[in-house]
Parts: sequence; structure tokens; C-alpha cells
Amino acid sequence: MAHLTVEPVSIPVIPVRELLPWAILGGLVMLLAIYFVGSEQGATSLINGMYVHEFVHDGRHLLGFPCH
Amino acid sequence: MVGSLILRGLIVGLVAGLLAFGCAKLIGEPQVDKAIAYEAQRDAAKGEAPSEEIVSREVQSSLGLLAGVLVYGTAVGGLFALAFAFVSGRVGRIGPRGLAALLALAGFLAIVLVPQLKYPANPPSVGDPETIGHRTALFFIMMAASIATMVGMVNLSLRLKRRLGAWNAALVAAGLFILIIAGVQLLLPDVNEIPDDFPAVVLWRFREASLAIQLVLWAGIGLGFGWLTERSASGQFRFSTPARAH
Repeated sequence: MAHLTVEPVSIPVIPVRELLPWAILGGLVMLLAIYFVGSEQGATSLINGMYVHEFVHDGRHLLGFPCH
Repeated sequence: MVGSLILRGLIVGLVAGLLAFGCAKLIGEPQVDKAIAYEAQRDAAKGEAPSEEIVSREVQSSLGLLAGVLVYGTAVGGLFALAFAFVSGRVGRIGPRGLAALLALAGFLAIVLVPQLKYPANPPSVGDPETIGHRTALFFIMMAASIATMVGMVNLSLRLKRRLGAWNAALVAAGLFILIIAGVQLLLPDVNEIPDDFPAVVLWRFREASLAIQLVLWAGIGLGFGWLTERSASGQFRFSTPARAH
């Protein structure tokens, strides 16, 4: 079986048509999650108050997002 | 197929996020504490009352930090998986571990290092609340330019590969990437809101910590994702060794 490892590997290609719905839906949800950690109640606010900002405060600073 | 890749990305991102949290707790938090001590001292010297705490420092530095880093790590892992699903098979013949490692390197460079070189991470008490909108916009403009340049240069190197060979094509693209990024960074305005008497060592250590946290996260995602993808030979998304397909 050892010879199998040196054979060229076939690389699967996923058609864009199949990828698109995942990219749009999943991409949006994941970008929204990053937005809440990185920018909510900073430059822009979707929720009133400062609780989200204060709660993720240390992570926001340490991950390099502009804060305050 | 895409669904299982994304799930893998989310899980790897969560685990890498845990590692990054350990890094943040160990080397990041001490610098945050020093910056907050400086802020308290400055406020006291000015005769201002310390700013009101909505969330206590204990929660911010433990649960809040954990939640922030895990949510970020998981989301980056998921987006990484989406990008992996797209580039797989479209950037030449490279196995899953090599592809994942290179993709993580490109992501770290374009999303973390290049934007941070222009607009580095700042500890608490550095930064004027009045300019947060301006600074946030500049940061994301820099990031968008850097991602676009990376995508463009990867494309260019793939096109040049046949004529110049893989090494020279990659070097030409990398050189152009540096030139374009240097131009963008020269054009974008500088931001410097560091108080004159802010301790330089704290600032430097904080920025080191910030880069280290991101490095741990991206390395964890790239290496972990590649390893799991190679291992899942029985899954639908398999890098198989077919009997002379070509």
C-alpha cells in the first residue's frame, strides 16, 4: 500500500453554484459575529447602551480592533 | 460537502480560539492591567472620578475575554473553511495540509499583519473616543485593500506560473504585493493618539501580545484544519488517490 502515498492526489473542486448559498448565509452570520466582538457600540451601534462593548472590551483591544 | 467543511472550520476555530485565549490571558492581560493602572493614575492626577464600571474588570478579563476571543476565533474558522472550499483545486496541485497552511499564512498577512503595521493595536487609555468612527473606517479600509491586494497577487502568481515557474512567479507577486501595500500605507493618514507620557514598554508589549494572540489563532486554524481534512479520507470531501484518473 505504500506506493499509494506517492501517487498524485486529485484535488476536489467545489462548483461556485454549490458554494454560493453557504458563502452568503454562513458568511453573513460569521461576519456579524466578528462585528459584535470588534465594533458594536464603538463606531456604530445596533443595540443601545455600552454593555456589549464593555463585556468584550479586553478581547476587542487585544485582537487589534480600534476601541474607545 | 461545504457544510461539513464549515462545521470543521467552526470547531477548529473554537479550539484555536481556546489556545489564543490562553495566550491572551498569559501575555495580554498583564499589559491591559498596566494600561488601566496608567489611566486611573492619570484620571486621579486630573482630579477626575474613575470612569464608571458597567462590567467589572474581573468579568472583562475572564469571561468577557474568553467570549470575545472564542466568538472571533470560531467565526474566523468558519470563514477560513469557506475560503478553503473555494480555493481547493483552483490554485494548483497541493494537498490539504499545505493548502490550509498557505491559506492561513495569506489570511494572517492580509487580515492581521498588514493592517496592524499601519494601524497597530492599542491598549486601553490610548485613543480619543471622539475619533473612533474615523479610526474604525481607516482600519477597515486598510484591511479591505490588503485583502484585495492579496487576492490579486495570488491570482497573478498563478497566471505567471507557467511562464516563470512557481518560485519566480511567487516572488514577482510577493514583490508587487509589498509595493502596492507600501503605496496604500503611505497614502492613508496616520493615527497617533498615544498620550505623551504613556509607558513605551507597555505599548510595545501590548502590541506584541496582540500579534502573538492572532498568530496562535491563525496557526491553530491553518494547521488544525489541514490535519483534520487530510484525516477525513472517509468523508465526502476527500483528497483521494484514484486509479489513474488522468
